[in-house]
Amino acid sequence: MLSELFPNVNIEDLWVATQETLYMTVIAVIGTLILGILLGLLLFLTERGNLWENTILNFITATVVNVFRAIPFIILILLLFPFTDFLIGTIRGWKAALPALIIGAAPFYARLVEIGLKEVDKGVIEAAKAMGAKTNTIIFKVLLPESMPALISGITVTAIALISYTAMAGIIGAGGLGDLAYMKGFQRRDFDVVLACTILIIIIVFIFQIIGDLLSKAIDKR
Amino acid sequence: MLNIKNLSKIYQSNKKKVQAVDNVSLQIDKGEIFGVIGYSGAGKSTFVRLINRLEEPTEGSITIHDQDITNMPQHLLRTKRQKIGMIFQHFNLLWSRTVLENISFPLEIAGISRKERKEKALELVELVGLTGKEDAYPSQLSGGQKQRVGIARALANDPEVLLCDEATSALDPETTDDILDLLVSINKKLGLTIILITHEMHVIQKICHRVAVMENGKVVELGDVLDVFVKPQSPTTKRFVQQLNPLEHEEGNLTSFINDREDNEVVKLHFIGKDASRALISEVIKSFDIEVNILQGSISPTQEGAYGTLFIEIHAEKDVLTKAIHFIEDAGVEVEVLKHA
Repeated sequence: MLSELFPNVNIEDLWVATQETLYMTVIAVIGTLILGILLGLLLFLTERGNLWENTILNFITATVVNVFRAIPFIILILLLFPFTDFLIGTIRGWKAALPALIIGAAPFYARLVEIGLKEVDKGVIEAAKAMGAKTNTIIFKVLLPESMPALISGITVTAIALISYTAMAGIIGAGGLGDLAYMKGFQRRDFDVVLACTILIIIIVFIFQIIGDLLSKAIDKR
Repeated sequence: MLNIKNLSKIYQSNKKKVQAVDNVSLQIDKGEIFGVIGYSGAGKSTFVRLINRLEEPTEGSITIHDQDITNMPQHLLRTKRQKIGMIFQHFNLLWSRTVLENISFPLEIAGISRKERKEKALELVELVGLTGKEDAYPSQLSGGQKQRVGIARALANDPEVLLCDEATSALDPETTDDILDLLVSINKKLGLTIILITHEMHVIQKICHRVAVMENGKVVELGDVLDVFVKPQSPTTKRFVQQLNPLEHEEGNLTSFINDREDNEVVKLHFIGKDASRALISEVIKSFDIEVNILQGSISPTQEGAYGTLFIEIHAEKDVLTKAIHFIEDAGVEVEVLKHA
């Protein structure tokens, strides 16, 4: 029945493309998580009246974040070609998409991290200071654990944006479901391939959303 | 043990200058429960934060056990803060940690081993009466229980002094009393010095030994709780005392009893300390064979003994009346004869 509905779909191609999309997404999510939390912490901590109050550093960080958030993703990939070539040694394949994916998504996630950190009760931070906590302790034992539900729901939203970025990256040769839909589907006018890729992407999005919701709920003891 | 000299805090924002704490000097003894009362904006919250330098003093000095806090470099200050416990109006617990983990937090900061942390935390859970709640999260606790966790956490590193910032202001009256009882028992059991900030005179009356009244950043009155209650000097203090004992200032209701007849006097009696428990009125009636009409009265317990106020009307011949009043005065009770204004 499947072969009747999708006559031009090659299951093997579809499976390889799905794996490539998953690899790209998972590794990009991990990279975004790390870079985004670092940037988010920097944005938060250098703000006025905060632990590392520093107007200049805050301004620089905010500007970098805003600039990278303003560049459309498809253009960011093109801009990053030389950087990617230097870093990965190629500009083709799913690995080559990673720098652009992470640099594209991390600033967005950084803003979500900043919002999450701002919601941490100021009184709790004050209590930690009153106990003699160092800034490191405050970051790792107060700020991050207390904002964890926001950090998780933030990375879920970002991961879903990343899945759609991987599809865009596919169009310029990064592999994955986007690549398959464009090259083997759209270019050959085999729209059943496009449809099959769409369905798989939707399934992946749903899985990420469900995992994110469950995690965020499990960790929230408020 | 705690010595505060000429302490000031000025907030400078744009062109506005706000003097939150204005030249405060006081000494607090070891084992004392010292209260600071004032209306909101009086500077008391800033004052308590200057003690552990959550706010940096603009001027003045603070020494604890002859150790100057004000000039301490940051890394020493952090170690010192481990010995200055603090509890807060909104408890400020970490929602992501259980009761036991919250109490262990200051021990983690002090670098205590896991095993010792658990032992100490369990000990404190018992001390504050939360046995059975070790693995509960703050969201599963009532306000009073949360403050008990706050107290246990503040005591974790065996502090020399406990700062209480409006610690009972978010609690209902009954829970407030429970928490105050707990503070008194800790004060007695551990000999812990407690500095308590509040806007409720009831709290001061119930547990403090001495009190400072703050207004506009200044200490306007300072003394033993009993003295301040019986003879409030500043208008602010009078208002606080009135808040607790409305009778004190309702002499107006008694005007109809006051007249110019020589055989009739309305007197106000102040009972202080143990005098409050003596059956003085009945002694006076028996000894002088006079008529006494009790108009109104009240009695309030404090840490240093009770104090009471009683308004009575005495009916007797002039010389007997004078003698009776002398008798009451000799018993150590303060007498004030009310006249028409």
